[in-house]
Amino acid sequence: MKTKSFAISGMHCASCVRVLERALSKVAGVDSATVNLATEKAHVTYDESQVNDDNLKEAVAKVGYKALLGENGHSDEKDIRKKKELKELGIKVLVSLAIGGLLFWASFPTLMETAPSLLKDSLIQLLLATPIQFWAGFSFYQAAFSSLKNRNANMDTLVVIGTTVAFGYSAFVTLYPEIIQGLGIDPLPYFDTAVVIIGLILLGRFLEAKAKLGTSDAIKKLLSLQAKTARVVRDGKEMDIPINQVIVGDQILVRPGEKIPVDGKVLKGESAVDESMVTGESIPVEKYPGDLVVGATINSTGTFTMQATKVGSETVLSQIIALVEKAQGSKAPIQRLADTISSYFVPVVLMLAIATFVVWYVFGPTPAFLFAMLNTVAVLIIACPCAMGLATPTAIMVGTGKGAEHGILIKDAESLEIAHKITTIVFDKTGTLTLGKPKVTDSSVMENIDEVAKTLTLHITPQTPLEQYIFSLIFSLEKHSEHALSTAITSYLQEKTKELPVEGARAIAGLGIVGTVNHEKVIIGTKKLMEKEKIILCSELEKKAQLFAQEAKTLAYIAVNGKHVALFAIADTLKDSARETISELLKIGISSYMITGDNKQTAKAIADQAGIPNENVIAEVLPQEKEKIVREFKEGNGKGRKTLAFVGDGINDAPALASANVGIAMGTGTDVAIEAANITLMNKDLRSVVTAIRLSKKTMRTIKLNLFWAFGYNVILIPVAMGVLYPFFGLLLNPILASLAMATSSISVVTNSLLLKRAKL
Amino acid sequence: MTLDKIFVILLGFFGVITTYWFFFGKKEEKVEAKGSIDIKVEGGYSPSYIIIKKDATTTLNFLRKDPNPCLEEVNIPDFGIKKFLPLNENVPIVITPKKKGEFPYSCGMNMYFGKISVI
Repeated sequence: MKTKSFAISGMHCASCVRVLERALSKVAGVDSATVNLATEKAHVTYDESQVNDDNLKEAVAKVGYKALLGENGHSDEKDIRKKKELKELGIKVLVSLAIGGLLFWASFPTLMETAPSLLKDSLIQLLLATPIQFWAGFSFYQAAFSSLKNRNANMDTLVVIGTTVAFGYSAFVTLYPEIIQGLGIDPLPYFDTAVVIIGLILLGRFLEAKAKLGTSDAIKKLLSLQAKTARVVRDGKEMDIPINQVIVGDQILVRPGEKIPVDGKVLKGESAVDESMVTGESIPVEKYPGDLVVGATINSTGTFTMQATKVGSETVLSQIIALVEKAQGSKAPIQRLADTISSYFVPVVLMLAIATFVVWYVFGPTPAFLFAMLNTVAVLIIACPCAMGLATPTAIMVGTGKGAEHGILIKDAESLEIAHKITTIVFDKTGTLTLGKPKVTDSSVMENIDEVAKTLTLHITPQTPLEQYIFSLIFSLEKHSEHALSTAITSYLQEKTKELPVEGARAIAGLGIVGTVNHEKVIIGTKKLMEKEKIILCSELEKKAQLFAQEAKTLAYIAVNGKHVALFAIADTLKDSARETISELLKIGISSYMITGDNKQTAKAIADQAGIPNENVIAEVLPQEKEKIVREFKEGNGKGRKTLAFVGDGINDAPALASANVGIAMGTGTDVAIEAANITLMNKDLRSVVTAIRLSKKTMRTIKLNLFWAFGYNVILIPVAMGVLYPFFGLLLNPILASLAMATSSISVVTNSLLLKRAKL
Repeated sequence: MTLDKIFVILLGFFGVITTYWFFFGKKEEKVEAKGSIDIKVEGGYSPSYIIIKKDATTTLNFLRKDPNPCLEEVNIPDFGIKKFLPLNENVPIVITPKKKGEFPYSCGMNMYFGKISVI
């Protein structure tokens, strides 16, 4: 037997409880079911072998409610609770502000002349203010009391003391006016102050809570990406099953327009898949048998069958969600100061309030007691510790969420903070700046091939163009080799040729391949192989070969029937986005370096294309030396420390990624890379490096603005509320204005953080 | 100076001292967690100072009794944890500290604090 609790949405009365309890008890295998209206939760005890989440969901849905079971339940449940709380808070805000408005009308000098005399009666005011003070303000009392029990203090403590003083004094004035009169003070109540303060602070809380719901949108969006069902083929039958029942090894059919349910491998069929939700890359990616597909991405036009390789919490999407959640829960170093201040803040404000009372009572003008009381209340009400507490975390939440939308996964708040200070970036060459796959960059056939062909006795059909025939010979032979350079040649020639019959293909290690294709003897390989096979090199092609060699390209010589006829140059090519990225980085004051195991000539050729200065190229580095070089670089090689980022493409770069101030892993979702890197870019587009740095800069700007506002607000307005301007300008802060300022301060911090959502990256 | 003013000065002085003593003079209640520990969330965290052994997997059972929205979230930044605490419901958080040291935790608004000491 297993007991499960889950939230139910849509409940509104006690009768719902009975309906739901009956519906759940009827499910075969359920032993008992109880439903609680207050918590909107069901507790069900059942036999696991007979009942699953879907049975329970179905039973609840049948009677018109929704059971929040499964992964999304928790966040939905939180939302439902929040919305319910917000509704109750909204009513309290409306009632308090309406009554506050009436009391203000009847109490404010000059305005009060127009108010009905009934409202001006102190006893009526007492009757109106009491429910606001103790019903609407109940949550303040409750929180303040439980804090004090633990010898803690928070904003509620300040609000409770402030409003209780105003309310208590007013009640005393109303009930015993003669005593106050006896002290030479006009017995005027301040109910409006207490009630309006409560109304405005509740309004502030209401708006702040609403805005805060928006800061966690990113996780909700990610969760909603998940497909709900999968069409699996089991025992030769197709069936739709809930996604949580898919197991590794299941064959899944994906039709056009559908979401791919889990991570897997394409078995049959082909299609283009929109992976933008994971990589931020908008162009659909072609998928063929053997290719990996990621759950939650969208299949476009084709139909294919895939095999599930990762399900549940193992999928890339689940890992992304977990990572974003973890980052949002982490703390940026910049927050430390705010935290330290927060922990001392409220008690210090309480002490300042006492001091304010004493100074005004002893040195203030008459009626000293009234001045002392009102200024003390103003000090208590204006202090706003919440703005300081919210300044950093709200911005971090929005910033990391926005990153995830762009395929930029930030490990923690600290990484986001350091990234804005980056002055130097070291790029790994292969796979990061370059595609990491050798590609044919140039292909040449000898100029007078038509003449030479006559001497070669080729078995060519009259309608086949000669160049195409030679390419077909090369393509067909290279198909028999698995060497990386051969793959480069076959993929280059794929479109231009047709396959011909091959006999006796033989690879010669380190040199090339020989064989008979369509009765022609074909040799493809290095210059050495040509010499070995006693082929006379074509001088025209040899000149080209020298030029290509200077560009650090690898050469493939081709001989047909004993004659050197063609030459291919192969090189790892620069990514399209590389040059633009390097120049963008330079514009924002970041210098780029390149590190590689290649020889200096090859490295310089690539660096030139990317726009990296030659002196910034570190070549002939062994893989195990990368980490050491990055570390030394970070120390500045004696020229002062640098904030250094290392951009690499995965597992073999892990030590260097971990050693840099900010490790940026590209185009990989593997655990090892995510673990070692501070920032993981889900796509292979280098421009994401710039986007990530921009995101960091914008988030930090928001945090700094928030902190400046939150600190500045308290540092300036607390002394004003204490009355420091009074001796010079006769200026005092009305407690009602203080509550208005206080309510707006935390809202403005949250709103400023939400503005990050709209920032262009 | 009139008597009432002298009285107010003395009272104020006493008030400041008392406030200081009340909030800053409290001793932290240190409790060692053995496998798991219940933490009551009501006007703060009780106990607030938790001692855990390095590498020991420990369950922190947070039970929020306080409706104050300030406390509705608990944040343990060094472990990347930010969890919503529904009222009157036990929320288990499992951690396995890999490093020794003191790691603070707080409410979502950074107003209430606690510490996890890893030894």
